[in-house]
Amino acid sequence: MIRTFGLPEIQFILEGAKWTILMSLAAFIFGGALGLLVALARTSAIRPLRVAAACYIQIFQGTPLLVQLFAVYFGLPLLGVNVELWLAVVTGLALHASGFLGEIWRGSIEAVPRGQTEAARALGLGYFARIRDVVLPQALRISLPATVGFMVNLVKGTAVAALLGLTEMTRSAQLMSNITFEPLKVYASVGLFYFIICLPLTLCSARLEKRLNAQG
Amino acid sequence: MDYSFDFAPVFQAWRLLAEGAWATTWISAISMAAGLVLGTILTAMRMAPVGVLRALAIGYIEIIRNTPFLVQVFFIFFGLPALGLRLDAMQAAILTMTLNCSAYIAEIVRSGVQSIRPGQIEAGKALGLPSFDVYRFIVFRPAIRAVYPSLCSQFILMMLNTSLVASISAQELTYAAQMIDNRTFRSFEVYFVLGAIYLALSQLFSLGLQLIGRSYFSYPTK
Repeated sequence: MIRTFGLPEIQFILEGAKWTILMSLAAFIFGGALGLLVALARTSAIRPLRVAAACYIQIFQGTPLLVQLFAVYFGLPLLGVNVELWLAVVTGLALHASGFLGEIWRGSIEAVPRGQTEAARALGLGYFARIRDVVLPQALRISLPATVGFMVNLVKGTAVAALLGLTEMTRSAQLMSNITFEPLKVYASVGLFYFIICLPLTLCSARLEKRLNAQG
Repeated sequence: MDYSFDFAPVFQAWRLLAEGAWATTWISAISMAAGLVLGTILTAMRMAPVGVLRALAIGYIEIIRNTPFLVQVFFIFFGLPALGLRLDAMQAAILTMTLNCSAYIAEIVRSGVQSIRPGQIEAGKALGLPSFDVYRFIVFRPAIRAVYPSLCSQFILMMLNTSLVASISAQELTYAAQMIDNRTFRSFEVYFVLGAIYLALSQLFSLGLQLIGRSYFSYPTK
């Protein structure tokens, strides 16, 4: 039986939206924590750490997200970790995010004037105090527009999970398109839902950037 | 862990992978070129003195930038036939990639154009250059030059995005890998090699774009 595209179908897609939002949040939190370590390694005084972090970033920025997700999904079981699909996808997304956020935050850390670090060192602050109390607070402010902008990419990135068969928003739309035979309406609606999630983030990022530029 | 890696079946299918890599390269190149043209037109609209044109361009750019590429692919490949536009997988892939990257390019080019000081344009006009030449040599070229690094990273991101058009069975690199995976069941090995090929491709693209940039922008600036 062919169903028409109505309220129940829209509700089904919105069920999927829950997954999209939860996955984005989880990937941002875990990816952010890991990304901070990557950024610190990338800007550290120890050369091997810098090189390792640069390679890490290059790998995640130089391969498609889809391939990263597949590699994690098929690779984790080889490490003896049997996880469910959604956990593998969140892991993959978090690793992806850590590479990109690491690079964004490296730029912000380097944008903090050198004199700040030197002054902190002259005052006798150790590495952790210097990073935590002097560099990171200033870097955070500089990095905000790009970080929020990357969140938009992350939300859009979760759509790739549909190709692994995870029923997030895009996969829900595929399923509804298959039973209603109205792909035009279905994909236009799901596009609209993504737009509603992403637009506030985009506007927020633009606004933060304007404010940052105004302050100089 | 008692898994034994076996890359041999993957490398035996090297011809398939090579063909896929070539397909990825040329569909990316076409979309980049077309996207740059469309993106420049969008920039012109975005900065036009006519309000309607500006609104159209902003609407288009924001819709594209705030929806996933995959949804755009599905919309064009599965949705548009209902409106009478039936494309094969490759055409749909190239069209989506072009439309998608034009929006990002428009934003990048716009920031480049904004970096051109009005005095430059006035000077060009005062020297009696035809207005097409003013836009070509005094606005477009220096603007692109100013934003060339971000343009290049956008191009590479788009090349990596092409992996998603495998989902509508456009025959590029990821599609080739999926075929090998279905035949050999060596999933991890396949995707590991695939990742390595994409990494190499992105380095090659970056190098190629740098060379193009160096020849196009090697004019004296002082």
